[in-house]
Amino acid sequence: MLMALLALAALLSGPRALAIDSIPPLPDPALQQRYLTLTHELRCMQCQNESLADSPVGLASDLRRDVHEQLLAGESDQQILDHMVARYGEFILFRPRMSWRNAWLWSLPAVLMLVGIFIGVRVLRDRRQHVDEESEESLDA
Amino acid sequence: MKIASRFALPLAAFALLLVVLIAGLYHAPEKGVIVSPLLGKPAPQFSLPGLLDESSPLQAQTLRGHWSLLNVWGTWCVECRAEHQTLLQIKQQGRVPIFGIDWKDDDAKARAWLGELGNPYERIGADREGRVAIDWGVYGAPESFLISPSGTVVYKHVGALTPEIWQQEFLSRLL
Repeated sequence: MLMALLALAALLSGPRALAIDSIPPLPDPALQQRYLTLTHELRCMQCQNESLADSPVGLASDLRRDVHEQLLAGESDQQILDHMVARYGEFILFRPRMSWRNAWLWSLPAVLMLVGIFIGVRVLRDRRQHVDEESEESLDA
Repeated sequence: MKIASRFALPLAAFALLLVVLIAGLYHAPEKGVIVSPLLGKPAPQFSLPGLLDESSPLQAQTLRGHWSLLNVWGTWCVECRAEHQTLLQIKQQGRVPIFGIDWKDDDAKARAWLGELGNPYERIGADREGRVAIDWGVYGAPESFLISPSGTVVYKHVGALTPEIWQQEFLSRLL
């Protein structure tokens, strides 16, 4: 049991020890939580498939510093994201915002599902009709 | 005949999808370059201490009243070395003054670099903490911005400038 607990503690402390981020955590745990969320939502522009939180490159650490400072200055999450988008474009957001330009893309899953349901219903109906006809035929025989 | 019609629609849909995806592969309009949201907007306000002369800072106002090429570089940037020759040629041409932002660099190394390779810049600001580069949306040196006399960001190129790119993408935009 003790071994298991120790192993768990090692597992939990591991990532922290290996963390890329060298900025000391924010004094307020709620702020720190927002900091972690934001740095995971923002893309590292240099190594484009990593988040700010995961990237070791210089620009990512500079942008983490900016997020950190803006949180301390009392800015809202929205203000911080807007600040980043104004400089780097929406590409910096891992979750693109909805707009008229990409509305079709957002609605595509729903549209495709409706198309799928429509096709499914028609196929089932055809098949049932087919089966009904066949059974009628066999009754006739 | 019935079988053919049954497969015709899915096949057509598949073929269409294939065409769209292949076209997308070869016809990416920006070829992986991120379009800057600054284009067409006023250049951000900034002020940087001069690298060569502390008393002549590089500021937003420095870029007013004439066309400017703003080049973001650093001695740690390998491609910047390749680009340097083109910058010297642009300076020699004398049509557009070049201003430099020395991004997250060591001042002494930067001065040595200019001493060795020549200095194409009218004025250089030292962005030691990388804050101004962020305001310009810089993500990888070298980056070059074309600024109009009224201070509007007209064009941005990411990567090393070549005489061809300078001719086609920058000079063609001068009014």
